[in-house]
Amino acid sequence: MTEQIHEPGRDQAGGSDRGRGPEHAGSAEQVGGGGPEYAIGTEQVGGAEQVTSVEHVEGAEQASDAGQAERPAGPPTGVDSVARAAETPERDLPYAELGMNDEEFARVRDILGRRPTSAELAIYSVMWSEHCSYKSSRVHLKKFADKAPQSDALLVGMGENAGVVDVGNGWAVTFKIESHNHPSYVEPYQGAATGVGGIVRDILSMGARPVAVMDSLRFGPPDAPDTRRVLDGVVRGVGGYGNCLGLPNVGGEVVFDPCYAANPLVNALCVGVLKPEDIKRAIAPGPGNKVILFGALTGPDGIGGASVLASATFDEESHRKRPSVQVGDPFMEKLLTECCMEIFAEDLVVGIQDLGAAGVSCATTELAAAGTGGMDIDLGMVPLRDQTLRPEEILMSESQERMMAVVEPANVERFLKLCGKWDVPATVIGEVTDTGRLRMTWNGETIVDIPPGTAADEGPVYERPYEPPADLGQLQADGPGRLPRPSTSEELRNTVMWLAGAPNLADKSFVTSQYDKYVLGNTVLAMPEDAGVIRIGEGPQGIALATDGNGRYTRLDPYAGAQLALSEAYRNVAATGARPLAVTNCLNFGSPEDPGVMWQFAQAVEGLAAACRALGVPVTGGNVSFYNQTGTTPINPTPVIGVLGVHDDVNRRVGMSFNVEGMSILLLGETRAEFGGSEWANVVFGHLGGLPPRVDLAAEAALGSVLVAGAHEGVMEAAHDLSDGGLSQALLESCLRGGLGCTVSLPDDPFVELFSESVARAVVAVRPENEARVVALSEAAGVPVRRIGTVGGDAFEVEGQFSIPLGELREVHQGALPALFG
Amino acid sequence: MTARVGVITFPGSLDDRDAARAVRLAGAEPVPLWHAEAELNDVDAVVLPGGFSYGDYLRAGAIARFAPLMDRLVAAAHDGLPVLGICNGFQVLCESHLLPGALTRNTSLHFVCRAQRLRIENAATDWTRAYEEGQEIVVPIKNIDGCYIADQETLDELESSGRVVARYVDVNPNGSLNDIAGICNEAGNVVGLMPHPEHAVEALTGPSTEGLGFFSSILQRLVGA
Repeated sequence: MTEQIHEPGRDQAGGSDRGRGPEHAGSAEQVGGGGPEYAIGTEQVGGAEQVTSVEHVEGAEQASDAGQAERPAGPPTGVDSVARAAETPERDLPYAELGMNDEEFARVRDILGRRPTSAELAIYSVMWSEHCSYKSSRVHLKKFADKAPQSDALLVGMGENAGVVDVGNGWAVTFKIESHNHPSYVEPYQGAATGVGGIVRDILSMGARPVAVMDSLRFGPPDAPDTRRVLDGVVRGVGGYGNCLGLPNVGGEVVFDPCYAANPLVNALCVGVLKPEDIKRAIAPGPGNKVILFGALTGPDGIGGASVLASATFDEESHRKRPSVQVGDPFMEKLLTECCMEIFAEDLVVGIQDLGAAGVSCATTELAAAGTGGMDIDLGMVPLRDQTLRPEEILMSESQERMMAVVEPANVERFLKLCGKWDVPATVIGEVTDTGRLRMTWNGETIVDIPPGTAADEGPVYERPYEPPADLGQLQADGPGRLPRPSTSEELRNTVMWLAGAPNLADKSFVTSQYDKYVLGNTVLAMPEDAGVIRIGEGPQGIALATDGNGRYTRLDPYAGAQLALSEAYRNVAATGARPLAVTNCLNFGSPEDPGVMWQFAQAVEGLAAACRALGVPVTGGNVSFYNQTGTTPINPTPVIGVLGVHDDVNRRVGMSFNVEGMSILLLGETRAEFGGSEWANVVFGHLGGLPPRVDLAAEAALGSVLVAGAHEGVMEAAHDLSDGGLSQALLESCLRGGLGCTVSLPDDPFVELFSESVARAVVAVRPENEARVVALSEAAGVPVRRIGTVGGDAFEVEGQFSIPLGELREVHQGALPALFG
Repeated sequence: MTARVGVITFPGSLDDRDAARAVRLAGAEPVPLWHAEAELNDVDAVVLPGGFSYGDYLRAGAIARFAPLMDRLVAAAHDGLPVLGICNGFQVLCESHLLPGALTRNTSLHFVCRAQRLRIENAATDWTRAYEEGQEIVVPIKNIDGCYIADQETLDELESSGRVVARYVDVNPNGSLNDIAGICNEAGNVVGLMPHPEHAVEALTGPSTEGLGFFSSILQRLVGA
C-alpha cells in the first residue's frame, strides 16, 4: 500500500546519495514501524548518532550559514499533490500504519471531499493521534474546567502551551509538567534530555523566561539489571540538558516499583516568569503577517514519534523504534531562549508556538486555527539538515529546538537580525491569510489544502468504555491488617533502619547531585527540601513548587489516589510557608483501550477535579500519557501532581532542617492506623492491598493555613511534611539534614505513630518561646497539635524504645543509592 | 569611584548574570561584554563566567578561546589586567594558554553539584587578597569537566611558586591532581577557579557568603576599598 503512494517520489529520490532502499518508501513506513520492511531502522540509528556529533562540533558555524542552506538541484517532483489526489480518488493510503482507523480516515475524506494527499494524511494522522488530540481523555479532562474553583490568579488556563497565574507584585508565573516516558525507555539519555527541552519550550512560548526545572522519575526495581541502564541514562539526560541550558533543577521525585520495569516514567516540569502584560499566545492573526520558523534545522528526528512512540505499547519490537527518538541540543535551546528573550523584549511577535510532537504539522495547524484562520506555507523553505527529506517527513519531523513565530512584515528584518546575533537560523516560510485554509506548497505544487481547525481542534473524541479492573475487589479486600507488625523495641528500631535505607525512602543525592541547582542564583530551597523555592525579580517575592504522585495508592483507589497526590504536593508547598495557588498534572496510565485502565483514568480525573475545587487550586494545564504498559499489564495508574505556591517574602521560607538545639518538636494533624499502600507494607512485605489513607481535604487546607501563617509570623524554625514512611522517616530526614538528633515520646502505639501514612500531617520545630503561638494557631484552625519531643544530641531516640546514632542512620540512608547505582 | 568589572557572555555562558550580581554586591560596577565584540570597553578587570560555551561539544572552552574578544583579553591579561575564570571560564583560560594545564572529565564520570569546602592557599593574588592564607570557605561546585591535570613539571612549578590558589578540602569532587581547585599565572593577575564563588554571595541562595571575597578582593586591588 505504502509503496503505491510514494512510488513517484521513490523513483525520483532513488538516485540520492542517501541511497534509500525500496523499503524506505517514505514517512509512512517509518511511522508504521514494526513491519518486516522496517529495515531502515539501523541506517537511521547510525545517521542519528552521526548527526549528533557533527552538529555539535559545528554548531556555531552551521547556525550562521544555515539561513542560506540550499536545497540540492532537482528535488523529487511528482509528489502527491492535491490535484493528483483529485485525479486518483481511489488510491490506497497507509492510514492504518499511521495509527488511524477506518472511521477516522473516512472522516478525513468527508472533511476534504476527496482523498487526502500523503502530506495531508501525515498531518491528520499525527494531529489526531492520542498524543496530540487527547481523543480518549478529552471527555474526562473537561471536568477540570467544569469543576474549576474560582481563582482570580488564573491569567491563562488549560488549552494553551502552559497555564499562567498572577503571583502578585506585577509578576506572573507559567508552569507545566509533561511526560517523555516511552522515548526514555528506548533511549534513556535522549528521551529524558528532550523531555526537558520540550517542556522548556512550552514555557518559552508563553513569553516567559524559564527559571527552573523539576523531574519526577519512576523506574523498575532497583536491583533489576535494566534499571541501572535506564536510570543512569535518564539522570544523565536530565542533567546533561538542564545543566547545559542553565536552568536550576530544584526538586522532583525518584521512585522505584516493579510496574515501571519496562515502562519508566519521566515527567519533566518547567516554570517560567514573566510580566502579565507580556503573555504570548499560539495564534496567527493578521493576513499578510509572516510565518517564521527559527531554531535548529529540520532533520529526520523522531519522525512519527508522536503517534508511534507515544501511542504504542512496548513489546519485543520496541528496539526497532530506536530511530524514532529525537536528539537534543541544549546549546541550541540556550541560544533560542536568549534570542526569544530579546525578541519578546522588543515585542516583535504577534503569535508564537514551540515545535514539539508533530513538529511543523502541529505548529501550523494550531497557529492557523487559533488565528485569522488561514496560512500559506512553502514547505520547500524549511531549512533542512538532511536535504533528502520528503515533505511528509518535514511535516512529521520532531527535530528539537525549533519555534514558529508570526511576525508583522515591518518587524521581520529586526527579528531576523536578533536571530543572527544569537546564531539562530530563521527563515520566513509563509504568511497568514484570510482564506480559512492551511495551504502548503512543494516545488510550486499544492500538497496541503485543509481547514486547519479540523486537524488542530476537531479530532475524534472517544467515550471509551470503562469498568473497574477485575482484580480490584480482591486487591482492596487484602488489607495490611494481616501483616505482622513489629512489636519489640528492637523490631521497631530495625524497621526504622530498613525503611531509611529502602530505595524509595533513601537519600536521593546520588541523583540530585548530578543536577545544577545553583545556576541563575535564585534558588532558595531545593531537594531534598519539601518543595523547590525560587526567588523572583531579585525578591522579596518567590514561588514554591512540588510534585507528588503515588501509583500504589492510586492502584488501590484511583479517585482517592489522585486526591492524595494533590494533597501531598499541596502540603509540601505549604510546608515551606508558601500559599498554594495552582496545579499542573501529568497523568500516566496504561492503555485507554483497556476498560480497567479507562476506569482508573476517569476516576482519577474526577477525584483530582473535585480535590482541586475543595482546595481552591485550579488546574492550569498538564499532559496525559496513555499506553504505559508492558504487554497487557498496565503500570500502576500514576497521576503526578505539581502544585505552585507563592511566597510574598522568600526570606520567611521554612526549611526542613533540625539545626537548633533545644527546639520543641510539634506534631500537627491526626494519626490513624493507615497502612494500605504504605511504604512499610511495600518495603517489609512487598505487599500492596487494602485501601490507601483516608483523604481529608479540609484537614489538609487547615494544616496548610497553619504552616503558612507560622512561616509568615516567623515562629517556626523548621517544618517537614509527613508522607511516605510516616513520622519516622520525616524525623530522621530533618535530623540528618540539620545534623542534630531528636528525642521524641510516642506513648500510644509507637508502630502506628512511627509508620502510619495518614494525610494532613507535618512536624514543625519551634523555639520554646514560640511553642504557645504555634499551638494557638493550630487550635484556631482546628488542627490537632501535640508536642512530641525536642531537637538535640546526635541520635534519633524514641523514649523507652530505641536510640539510633545519626551516623548509623546516615550510612544506611545515604549509602543505599550509591551502593545500587554508583 | 568604583571599579568597572567586565563579565563576558559567550554563546552558552550560563552564570554571567550571577557573576554580574556578585560584582554588584561587592560594590563594583558589572559591565556586560559580548564575545563577538573586539573591545574591552575600558573595564578594570574581567570575569569569564561558568557555563557551556558553544555547548562544549568539543573540549570545554576550546571554541570560546577563538572568540574575537579573547584576542584582546589575552593581550590585556599579559599587560596585567586582572582576569578571573570560573569553571568554564577556567577552562577557557587554560585553552587560551593564560594558565597551564587542562580540565578533563571528572574521575567519577558524573556531573557533580555540591557545596564544597576549599582552602585558600594563596591570599596574595588580585582575586584572593580579601582572604587569609589557609582560610577555609564553602562555595558550590558544579561541573563534569573539572579534573585539573598538568604534567609533573608544571605541577611542581605551580606548587613551588605558590600558584595553587585554592585546594579542595575533605572531598576531592573531580579527581583533580594535588586537590587543585584553582591556580594563577606568575603575575597573580589571572586566576582560574573550578568552584563557583559567585553562587556564594547571599545567605538566601548560597551555602555561605564566603565567595564574595573574590569580588571584594578585586575591588580592594583596584580602588583600595
